[in-house]
Amino acid sequence: MFHSHGTRRSNAAARSSASGGLEGGGVGSPAASSASEGSSFRPSASTFWLLLHGLCCLISLFLGFRFSRLIFVLLFSNTIYTYTTTTTTTITSTRTETLTVSFPLTHTPPIETAVKPNNSAIELSDKMSNQGSSHSQVVVGRHGIRIRPWPHPDPTEVMRAHRIIERVQQEQRKWYGVKSPRPLIVITPTYARTFQALHLTGLIHCLRNVPYPVTWIVVEAGGVTNETASLLARSRVQFLHIPFHEKMPVEWAERHLTENRMRLLGLRVIRERNMDGIVLFADDSNVHSLDLFDEIQKVQWMGSVSVGILAHSGGPDRTLLTEDEKLNPPIPVQGPACNSSGHLIGWHTFNSIPYSEKSATFVGESATVLPGKMEWSGFVFNARMIWKEAEEGRPEWVKDLDKIGENGEEIESPLALVNDASFVEPLGDCGKKVMLWWMRVEARADSKFPPGWIIDPPLEIVVSAKRTPWQESDDLAGSKLEQDDRRFTRPKSRSSSKRKNTLPGQDN
Amino acid sequence: MGVKRWILPLLLLQILFGKFGIAELEQHTERISGSAGDVLEDDPVGRLKVFVYELPLKYNKKIVGRDPRCLNHMFAAEIFMHRFLLTSAVRTLNPEEADWFYTPVYTTCDLTPNGLPLPFKSPRVMRSAIQFISTNWPYWNRTEGADHFFLVPHDFGACFHYQEEKAIQRGILPLLKKATLVQTFGQENHVCLKEGSIIIPPYAPPQKMQAHMITPDTPRSIFVYFRGLFYDVGNDPEGGYYARGARASLWENFKNNPLFDISTEHPTTYYEDMQRAVFCLCPLGWAPWSPRLVEGVVFGCIPVIIADDIVLPFADAIPWEEIGVFVAEKDVPNLDTILTNIPIDVILRKQRLLANPSMKQAMLFPQPAQPGDAFHQILNGLARKLPHDKSIYLKPGERTLNWTAGPKGDLKPW
Repeated sequence: MFHSHGTRRSNAAARSSASGGLEGGGVGSPAASSASEGSSFRPSASTFWLLLHGLCCLISLFLGFRFSRLIFVLLFSNTIYTYTTTTTTTITSTRTETLTVSFPLTHTPPIETAVKPNNSAIELSDKMSNQGSSHSQVVVGRHGIRIRPWPHPDPTEVMRAHRIIERVQQEQRKWYGVKSPRPLIVITPTYARTFQALHLTGLIHCLRNVPYPVTWIVVEAGGVTNETASLLARSRVQFLHIPFHEKMPVEWAERHLTENRMRLLGLRVIRERNMDGIVLFADDSNVHSLDLFDEIQKVQWMGSVSVGILAHSGGPDRTLLTEDEKLNPPIPVQGPACNSSGHLIGWHTFNSIPYSEKSATFVGESATVLPGKMEWSGFVFNARMIWKEAEEGRPEWVKDLDKIGENGEEIESPLALVNDASFVEPLGDCGKKVMLWWMRVEARADSKFPPGWIIDPPLEIVVSAKRTPWQESDDLAGSKLEQDDRRFTRPKSRSSSKRKNTLPGQDN
Repeated sequence: MGVKRWILPLLLLQILFGKFGIAELEQHTERISGSAGDVLEDDPVGRLKVFVYELPLKYNKKIVGRDPRCLNHMFAAEIFMHRFLLTSAVRTLNPEEADWFYTPVYTTCDLTPNGLPLPFKSPRVMRSAIQFISTNWPYWNRTEGADHFFLVPHDFGACFHYQEEKAIQRGILPLLKKATLVQTFGQENHVCLKEGSIIIPPYAPPQKMQAHMITPDTPRSIFVYFRGLFYDVGNDPEGGYYARGARASLWENFKNNPLFDISTEHPTTYYEDMQRAVFCLCPLGWAPWSPRLVEGVVFGCIPVIIADDIVLPFADAIPWEEIGVFVAEKDVPNLDTILTNIPIDVILRKQRLLANPSMKQAMLFPQPAQPGDAFHQILNGLARKLPHDKSIYLKPGERTLNWTAGPKGDLKPW
């Protein structure tokens, strides 16, 4: 509490630290006596102690260690006992910085210390005698620092603590969070390729942390494969694995269109099964924040969130920004735009013009991958919106799902599902909060990866590491090692070379 | 006759449904009722009258004028109580009808350059103030101060010292033997706690705490939180003295425990972090009380009080055992076992009690005063002590106070 008490007290008293303990012991006893006996203490005794104290200070200043306390205790320990009738002062002193006193856990009697003696340590312990309830049970003075023999966390207790935290958070959600949470239906188009495990693992872990019931519809291009199936089986998320008859094309533009068709297939599945909840499109390479799932609970019929577009491929040749662009740097966000009263007036889209020349055409090409005009992942809607029967409340501005795509036209964005886009609700503080990010990172379409990411049989080529702890590698590597060591620490290299010579089987 | 037969069942039904209605409302927070009853929301206006002595400015205004830092430190309650009483409805300008007399003397405003109050002149200041009121008004001598109250918010109250042994040695100022003391220090069977004292929380700046509020749906993810010293290296380098070794024990036992977020670093997000924690430790320091209790209550973090025999603020109005967790100093090494073994419904109940806004309000000293705040709880406490026993009025010639008691230095005029 008083962080700089020290300066004040040391300034006031101008004592050396060596005799600090003496002050504790010395003041303790007359204080105790006065507390038990009444209001005043004998003035002659106080001046005597003061003189003695000053003398000891001077001597300890010269000799430089805590002899003052030693002498005091040895000479006057008897008198201390007669003074202290109700209080105990337990004085322990060590030379080391930290005072560690370990108490066995079963030891219960009050303030009986077992001190490990160190260099110039002194053991002093008084028996406490409590006279009547009018005196405090709590004792003034130096106490031992209790440390249990194994000051490390116990795993069962840690688990219990985590369960407590979980329950507290559940309660918080109940009172302050969404009142009646609706289940989520997540639609993800995917296909087996090198980066699939990377993307899906991230998405699986995200969905596992969502505090609402999740049904995951995974639509796979090219039919159901073992790769995807094994990833999903381990996911511990409730999923539906739907095959899609086409294989995923290699061109980005085609891939976008195929993905749209896959998502429509997912929507048709929802419609057939009359699934209830909020529909969300989670592409496997997108990154989601958990805030997103709380925010979309607010949607009535159809909502739109802002998507951060991370389109840069990291290529160093970026054209210089125009003056206008320098003043208003292009913000890579796609989402709803509102006027000052919070109503939806339009959409921000990603400005792809600077990249149009050098965008990637093939999956896995090292160039910027551009998003579509309107990303599906930025839209969420109520599953009842696409149900077959016109339920009470399905708005007229929603098109019937069967009528979409029946002429073979491509569905570019979910806005094709509605007649009137102005009914879309802007979420996330009117699009100001970005809670998910669109990203497309893929390897070349012909890249190989171990199936299931299990290396079996073991790899054929073994490359020796340069700095292994086992000195078994060839001469060149070994001598280089020695040279490096010699640069840093001379004695070490000498000993290491000596070790090398004496070890059997070493021919250096 | 037929109608009358239905009255009783209807009444019963209404009571039943009415009860459920009340239960619904209070599931989120719970009513606080201590041993004095359901008194946190009592209004003291009309239940007592307080007369404020007009002391010369050197006892109050001039002291603050010299050092305005006194308005922000944890002892500022004495200043704000004065300001509150001057404009309060319980104030009366007629001393004859007053139940309580208040002496506005600021004894905790002599600050070091670091901002810590020096208590060396406080006894003289207090003594001088009492001398002033006893010579200019007859009310002190009438009861020798038994119907007077004083605010003494320093470390050990009216013992006027920051060091416990010296404070015990001095004892409570002899002149205040009969008066009611309103103080922050409270420890059972301690020389510096008089019977009948009112314990108040230390002052914490309400606006500052309000400015750092975060939304209540932020999940509480820290299990145990504490920021502060474990060893007071300046005054007690070896440990064992400071906090009776309890804080050092905390550090040594739990510095490696990931459930315990404890350190000496004082981050800028201190208040926000407390709102993300389930338990906040409130161990003793040089004195058993600390502003952490107030902060924990305001931020909804269950206070874990590690101070043997401590008396907490407004203990008759607030049931602290149901709100906080009390851990004996000797049990500190087992703190993790103790805290993880608390049943979850007990923890949730404590959080519900803490969420009660009247609980938070009772710990604060807002400017201007609001109903249910600490000022009103003090007045409630004073009102609960009324009516005064007839024996406090001294017969003529009867004297019990010793005006020359105490160390010689205290007798010097100020």
